Amino acid sequence: MEAPTDTSEPFPGCKKPSGDIIVAVEGLDISFGKKNVLREMNLWLQKGENLVVLGKSGSGKSVLIKCLVGLVEPQNGSVKVLDKNILELNNKELNSIRKKIGFLFQSAALYDSMTVRENLEFPLRDSRDLSKDDMTAMVEEALDNVGLLEAIDKMPSELSGGMRKRVGLARTLILKPELMLYDEPTTGLDPITSKEISNLILTVQKKYNTSSIIITHDMECAKITANRMVILKDGMCSAEGTFSELSQSQNKWARSFFE
Amino acid sequence: MLTDSKNKTQVAETSLQEDEESPFLNSLKNFFLEVALIVSFTGRFFKELFIPPYEFNEFLKQCYFVGCKSLPLVAITGFIMGLVLTIQSQPTLAQFGAESWLPAMVAVSIIREIGPVITALICAGKIGSGIGAELASMKVTEQIDAMEVSGTNPFKYLVITKILATTIMIPLLVIFSDVISLYGSYVGVNLKGDVSYQLFCYQVIEKLDFMDLFPAFIKTFFFGFAIGLIGCCKGYNSNSGTEGVGKAANSAVVISSLLVFILDMIAVQITSLYN
Repeated sequence: MEAPTDTSEPFPGCKKPSGDIIVAVEGLDISFGKKNVLREMNLWLQKGENLVVLGKSGSGKSVLIKCLVGLVEPQNGSVKVLDKNILELNNKELNSIRKKIGFLFQSAALYDSMTVRENLEFPLRDSRDLSKDDMTAMVEEALDNVGLLEAIDKMPSELSGGMRKRVGLARTLILKPELMLYDEPTTGLDPITSKEISNLILTVQKKYNTSSIIITHDMECAKITANRMVILKDGMCSAEGTFSELSQSQNKWARSFFE
Repeated sequence: MLTDSKNKTQVAETSLQEDEESPFLNSLKNFFLEVALIVSFTGRFFKELFIPPYEFNEFLKQCYFVGCKSLPLVAITGFIMGLVLTIQSQPTLAQFGAESWLPAMVAVSIIREIGPVITALICAGKIGSGIGAELASMKVTEQIDAMEVSGTNPFKYLVITKILATTIMIPLLVIFSDVISLYGSYVGVNLKGDVSYQLFCYQVIEKLDFMDLFPAFIKTFFFGFAIGLIGCCKGYNSNSGTEGVGKAANSAVVISSLLVFILDMIAVQITSLYN
């Protein structure tokens, strides 16, 4: 890992790593009306890496990962995920690439009208070669991985915040994604449950050999999960490095996250 | 697939410009934006309707929710409607010595006009607001995004199935409501008189013809389509957090009720051309 980038002013992008890159964001501009959310943003993710993205609320972190799955369209720039340019894909190709990406939403986004079992079966509905028994086995395996097999027939409204996050994680894991995107996975959880979720993210990475981008404000989560971190400021990448490098950085903005 | 984000951007740009214009121009612009949104939503519905995959199981589920779950409400209101109309009309007809016309008059009123319109308004309140609130809350809690990220087209899964369900089930609910209303009318007639069930049915059937039944039945498909479309449109395009859920439900009821009256007026004009 290279030395941390210590600049007091934001710079438009992080340094390109040399390894096998599975996410490449280059020159990304996103604005809503007159508000520029991301400006000339560059970001790369290596295979097998856990990249934590930090930044103030409204700095465009969630918009950045929504852009990776085609939920938000940028004004300029290119977004390559698993060697496909997301912005040039048609609906069918985009859906095919989305099945290789797991997205854990901030609120877990469980379907309220479905049981936990139905929530987990939902991403499998297009897999016509799967029998009912196969589906049940996959659902049970995914729930077992997050330690919630007993909640299989419960409704989302019967689950606690931490359980909902776990079920949301199980739902994203059921298709065995190559890339995981976590949008504030520990927000709203107590410290103990937050630590459990952070450890779960690491377990998932090891078990399924996934690469992950983790958006978080939780420094404990960042410390546990990050191989590398980037800090956003004013829609740009302001600092980059490992947890220990950034915590000792001369960049005041970067250091303020650790104080 | 990226249409939703484009819509968000356009809405944000529009709201920034709104501050600089007079309230009248803002209202006018909002009205045309609303109409444009509904027209483009309708266009998207017909564009995606015929493209596979078809969500048949979800469609059946929605038919159950729209149809079966509304039966008790439609039955109660239908019965009261027939009963009250009969009781209210009886003294007036008696003054003209035309009391024997009561079953036929009530039947024509219910089947041609009151049954379809009142049932559609009840459905706009119950089903339209339900759809609007459900989709808006799904949007607020990112469930629609989650569906899209999992490779499912949420428009096909959520919107098309719901609009088709209301288009098909509301005409059936209207027929059910008409039958219950006529039974209510029979009860109303017998509160002060003694008319056999066979005679009541004979008088009703004798005075009804094809042009009473057919246009009334056809227009209910349009009512159902409008209720489903507006509920889905308002819910799917809601924006401002939890406040948007209430707004979506409210405007779904208001606009779809208004549309029911407008469609009814058009249907009556078209029918009168053939009479």
